[in-house]
Parts: sequence; structure tokens; C-alpha cells
Amino acid sequence: MKTESKLEKVFASGNLAVTSECGPPRGSLPNHVREKGKYLEGVVDAINVTDNQTAMVRMSSLAASVLLKQEGLNPLLQMVTRDRNRLAMQADIIGAYALGIDTMLCLSGDHTQFGDHPMAANVHDIDSIQLIQMVKAMRDEGKFQGGADIKGPPKMFIGAAANPFADPFELRVLRLAKKIAAGADFIQTQCIFNVDKFEKWMEQVRAHGLHKKCYIMAGVTPMKSVGAGRYMKNKVPGMDVPQELVDRMGAVPKEKQPEEGIAICVETIERLKKIEGVAGFHIMAIDWEEKVKEIVDRAGLLPRPQV
Amino acid sequence: MITAERKPLEELIEFVRPFKRILLVGCNECVTVCSAGGRKEVGLLASGLKMALLQSGNTIEIREHTLERQCDPEYIDELLPMIDGVDAVMSMACGCGVQEVARRYKNMPVFPAVNTKFMGASERPGVWAERCQGCGNCLLGVTGGICPIARCSKRLMNGPCGGSVTGKCEISQDVDCAWQLIWDRLKELGLEDQYLKIIPAKDWRTAGGGGPRKIIREDLTA
Repeated sequence: MKTESKLEKVFASGNLAVTSECGPPRGSLPNHVREKGKYLEGVVDAINVTDNQTAMVRMSSLAASVLLKQEGLNPLLQMVTRDRNRLAMQADIIGAYALGIDTMLCLSGDHTQFGDHPMAANVHDIDSIQLIQMVKAMRDEGKFQGGADIKGPPKMFIGAAANPFADPFELRVLRLAKKIAAGADFIQTQCIFNVDKFEKWMEQVRAHGLHKKCYIMAGVTPMKSVGAGRYMKNKVPGMDVPQELVDRMGAVPKEKQPEEGIAICVETIERLKKIEGVAGFHIMAIDWEEKVKEIVDRAGLLPRPQV
Repeated sequence: MITAERKPLEELIEFVRPFKRILLVGCNECVTVCSAGGRKEVGLLASGLKMALLQSGNTIEIREHTLERQCDPEYIDELLPMIDGVDAVMSMACGCGVQEVARRYKNMPVFPAVNTKFMGASERPGVWAERCQGCGNCLLGVTGGICPIARCSKRLMNGPCGGSVTGKCEISQDVDCAWQLIWDRLKELGLEDQYLKIIPAKDWRTAGGGGPRKIIREDLTA
């Protein structure tokens, strides 16, 4: 074991791990975070707390993570390289660890163009792979990037993202290999709708032996409506939603669509469970946290293991 | 080359409105090549300003001159006879040229007529695209001759983000994914293994993080 992370312990126990996410509010009301967190209590092993997702200003990931921690929940700090340079990131990493946060996800972040501050500078002092390297060196060597010793190195369990559906496809597994070489302990993938394509990606992952070097969590998202499905299919770069799923959502009346979306999500998890190398699930129910419990339950992933 | 685009006429009119006589200075280097501030553009802008000011009942005298190179003191001295008697200078050179004129003629207000954009290349007639951000420590030798710092929207140094789709960047269909270009080229060269090497966090001191940059060539300094 590299860390005290609960997520690491769940992986190590051989159980399928389950994570979900909580997007912090666009304001300073702490109850918003607590309420979202409540839906996930006892349902998941860790809760991703997003970092200015879609390049919109939100309560900081660190602050919202601490709010969840105070409720006895287990936050997973997301950190993007878009908004801060390496000084600020290292400061937040040791600060987070001092506040009891031991698991994080290293990302480059959505481009500012997608958010409501397109006039802001994109920092990108380092990229996501370099961030992984930095956190690993902080943890394992007890060194800041500048070379100085850290008094009390942050023992972070290090996560990274992978998108099996973006282009160039042949580079997707190689990029994963690079993230693992940099020090990623676990991976959360982009939302999987096209299971066939994900299987092809996993074949390559196994061919490279990467599933033995890190834990791969398959990302899933329940569609709330046929409109949401169409939006993800057509408007979100790097998302792959097969037409047949959109048609299936469209074939049921509007009021039944949320139920259908949940059913599809549960079926997807069942299919993904059979794929060798899948170590868990990351359920991204965006502003739909109240449904995560039902998904986890119906997918046979409750109760969560006590580790 | 350094690329530039002329500022809107309205902005330039406001710069020169208080003055009776100005000197408009072009540059025969990059801004000529990108058709922003060469001899031809100096002539066009001079007539444009005069006409626009005339419409509001003002007259202005504009002396026109285009220097061989505006970022070089030896050429800037050439302006001395022309600058006598003018109230202000408007420069059509890049920001380097504007600043050199301002440095040489200390008591003269100097205004930029162009917005300096980037170091780029001409993709086809009338289209220029960014190629280099002058980071001071060139990576092109390990990235297939395509710069991820200048050409990846997120400046990613180790591969494409999850938004690369059919060769295009997530921010726009008009932007090529730099990493798709890099990968295609590495494949063509049989250098796929190059991709697996992690490019470590960059030292930005050479890119300006260490303060304003300077090159000193002892063999050339007098």
C-alpha cells in the first residue's frame, strides 16, 4: 500500500471500487455540498470533487472536499493544470493532505473557451502527466519540484483520466501508458456508452499489461433524457454515444426517459463488469446525485466493502 | 515572421486627433510580408486617416516613411530629418519597432498602428498561423517538428487531451489538433517510440518566466 487512501484499500481488497462525483456550487453556500454528499453516503468509496469544471468558477475543489470530509465522507480532490501554476498546485496538495485528503485526480481541465470566463489566461505551467509526476515525487521522494524537502510529504493516491473514445485511437492506450509511467495509481475513464469500442481499447490495455500496473475504473453516466443523449453525442468533443442508445431513449415517453437512462446505465455496468481489467466504476451523474444509490444498488455493488 | 494586424481606423483616429502633423512609419520586414504595415499600408492608412478627419472638419498633415527595419537603431536614425516639426509618430511596425522609435525619440509621443499577433507562417495566401511562442528551449526535435506549446490549445507536452476528434481541436473545427499532427508525423518517420518518452515539466525561465529576455553575444559586442 502506497497510501492510507480508502480507495486504494478497496482496490487492494479485490472488490470493484465505486466512485461518483459532486460538482461544487457556484457560490458560497456550504449546504449545497453537504446535501449532494448525503446522497452518496455509504454508496460510493470516494467522491470526486470537480475543479472549476467546464471552466466555470465554482467553490474550490479543496474547500468543497473539506466540507464533505467534515460530513464523514471521503472526497477525491480533482485538480486541473489550467488555473494554477506549480507553486499553487503544490501548496494546495500539501494543504489538502494536511486537511485529511489523501486521494486526487490529475487533469489538464476543459479549455477556458467552454466556460464563462473565456477571457481568462490558461495557465498550463505543467500538463496533466507532469502533474502526476510532480505529485508522485512529492509523495515518494518527499521533494517539491524545486528540489527542497517537504516536511511531511503528502501521501496521495494518484488518479488520472483516460478517454478511450477520442482520437487518435492508437495513441489512447499509449497515452495511458505514459500516465502510468508518470505515476498514476488509478484511472477514471470518460463516460462509456460505446461498450464495443471500450472493449477494443481494453484489449490493447491488456496487451500492454497496463491493467496490472494500475486500477482502471470505467466511467458511466446515466442519461436523463433523449435530449441529454443527443447533446452528448453531438456537442461534447470526445464523447461517443451510439445512435441506437439515443433511439432507445427516444422510443420511450418523456416521463419514462430518466428511468430508461438509469436502466441503460445499469446494463452498461453489467457489461463492463465482464471485461478483464476493469477494477471499478466511476458514476458521473451530473446534477443527479440522488440516483447514484439506485444505480449502484441495481448493479449489485451494494453494500460497499468495509476496509 | 512576426505577424500583425492593423488596428481599427476608429482607434487610430482617436490617437491622432489631437495632432496637426504626424509621421507615419512603416517597416519593410515582417509587417510588409503579412501586409499589415509596409509601404503600401502606410499609404493606405495615411489617406484613410486624412479622409476620416476631414469628414469631421479636421485637417492633419501626415508624413510617410517606411524603414528597412524598424527594430534596428541604425535604420531608426533615418527618421531624424522627418521627425522635426511633427507632433507625434505613428508606427506600423510590430511592438519591437514601436518601442525602438519611442526609445530613440524621447520627447515624441509614439502610437502603434497595428496589433502585434504572433510568430507564424503563411499557410496559404492571406492566412497566417501561429507556429512558435519563443519558449527559448526548442522541443521540435522530439515532437516531430510540430510545436505543442504554440499549437496545442492547452500547451500539452505529452499527448492529446480527450477532446481531439478527427484531427481537430476541441476548441474549434478550424484548429488542427497539434498532437494528431505530431503523431502522424512521428509515424511517417517511424519514430513512434519517441511519443512514449515523457517530456518533463518545462523550465519557463527561458520563455520569459525569468524576466525580460536578452541575448548577449560576446563575440559581437563592441
